[in-house]
Amino acid sequence: MLANYALLIVTSLLVAFPLLLALSYSFMSESEIATFPPPVFPTRPSLDNYGTVFATIPIGRYLVNSFVVSTAVVIGQLVTASLAAYAFAFLVFRGRQLLFFLFLSTLMIPWEATIIPNYLTIRQVGWLDTFQGLAVPFMATAFGTFLLRQAFLQIPRELWDAARIDGASTFRFLRSTVIPLSRPALGTVAIYGFLSTYNQYFWPLLITNQTLMRTTQVGVAQLRFEETLRWGLVMAGVIMVALPTLALLVLGQRQLIRGLTAGAVKG
Amino acid sequence: MRWTRRDVSALGAGLAYLAPSLILFTAFVFVPLGRTMYLSLYNTRSTGQPTSFAGLDNYTELLTSEAFRTGLVATTLFTLYTVPAGIALGLVLAVLLNQRLRGINVFRTMMASTIAISAAVGSLIWLLLFNPSLGLLDYVLSILGIQGPDWLLQPATAIIAVSITTIWLTLGTNIIVLLSGLQSVPEEIYEAARLDGARGFRMFSRITVPMVSPSLFFLLVVDTIAVLQAFTQIHILTRGGPVDSTRVLVYGIYLDAFVNFQFGFASAQAVVLFVLVLALTIIQFRFIERRVHYQ
Repeated sequence: MLANYALLIVTSLLVAFPLLLALSYSFMSESEIATFPPPVFPTRPSLDNYGTVFATIPIGRYLVNSFVVSTAVVIGQLVTASLAAYAFAFLVFRGRQLLFFLFLSTLMIPWEATIIPNYLTIRQVGWLDTFQGLAVPFMATAFGTFLLRQAFLQIPRELWDAARIDGASTFRFLRSTVIPLSRPALGTVAIYGFLSTYNQYFWPLLITNQTLMRTTQVGVAQLRFEETLRWGLVMAGVIMVALPTLALLVLGQRQLIRGLTAGAVKG
Repeated sequence: MRWTRRDVSALGAGLAYLAPSLILFTAFVFVPLGRTMYLSLYNTRSTGQPTSFAGLDNYTELLTSEAFRTGLVATTLFTLYTVPAGIALGLVLAVLLNQRLRGINVFRTMMASTIAISAAVGSLIWLLLFNPSLGLLDYVLSILGIQGPDWLLQPATAIIAVSITTIWLTLGTNIIVLLSGLQSVPEEIYEAARLDGARGFRMFSRITVPMVSPSLFFLLVVDTIAVLQAFTQIHILTRGGPVDSTRVLVYGIYLDAFVNFQFGFASAQAVVLFVLVLALTIIQFRFIERRVHYQ
């Protein structure tokens, strides 16, 4: 029993160590970081680095940008995926199978394989350095559609039949019955969409040039190019950028796990 | 099969619901994929416009290009260093977390924490850890009497450094997938094995590993695809260097398209990436199909 706990404590501290170290370094002065042997705990913890981050880069603006883009993607994905999943789960029409396969086929196409034409398109329509350029390409999701379809299929057919008899329109059934009954799955899609958009790096790096349009990930990585590399500063930036996602992990752990394991166990 | 008026209107209704997704997929997935293939057959101006048909020139140039070959070696090494070790470590930790103990959820959250960590954040932290004078890694090695390398400045260790960072970044996902695999193994199977005298490592290798093999296989494919797509770690830690030792496929696409502005040549590499991921996905689908039949 005790040995089990000891082992768990040691291993989980090791796994979380880089993150804990970043937190610890964010409270250290540059001179303390430079001492040998490398310190683990700050002797005189201070919040100076956090203040300096605000003075060095527009981190507040970066956070706002990332939140705007991620929220827009989440809303877009929830709308497009629930409409599509609804058609796949409830409506009967010719070619449904084929279209479903077409949706799934997008999972086999890595974003990086299409990034060159996508960049050229976004530049051509003048969407470089815009929120639309950052968000619109990601507003449809095959994974989310698949997940929602699975959830919609759990809804008893009798409800659908009853709604038909009552003369409810197809769209009203989606809005007033299917959506309210599928909140957990919608939550999973939302958390997933938010996390993956907020954590993006390659795409925002490519299509943003103005400082004020940068997202958190690209912005914080720029901190290492200051005249002198100040590690305490970089780590304070890292913590500020990681905090929202860590909060999301703690709050939405159940939904996240459901999403991650959907592919592995359901098969 | 004749189309009645009813069929047509049913299809119309279906398409109306699918339209938002279909339009987005067409604009940002299907058409761009076609354009990637198209561009790969052309010479391009530095603005991206195709100038003249090049046939397979870009591909033959790829095959003879030194940078592409080192890139393939880097991609292979990166995959071999990252995927098996990451899954093995994930399995060991998942077994450890698969106990009924008070407060186990705290440990699960801690070990799964890297799910939420972005590649950029993780890479910046590891950039510090790999620093030869300030980083803890070489200091710990020096305590053990090992002269730590200058991780990011030597070709052999730079790819290892990128791999270690990637293993850490994917650990959370691996743990959660394997833990849920472990939890779906019925307790009776362990009890029966215990009655037969299975213990410790024997139990692990004969019972646990086979029972979670579907999850292991799933991760093998998913993690390999993720490694093939990795960009951020390399951009922040090594920028493809030193001497192209970490210039993996995706990084080659980035350098040739957005630094050297050879869009046609870069597109040929993007097609190679697409074919690799497609092959892996087909393997995965085949496997899942077989498993469903098996059940």
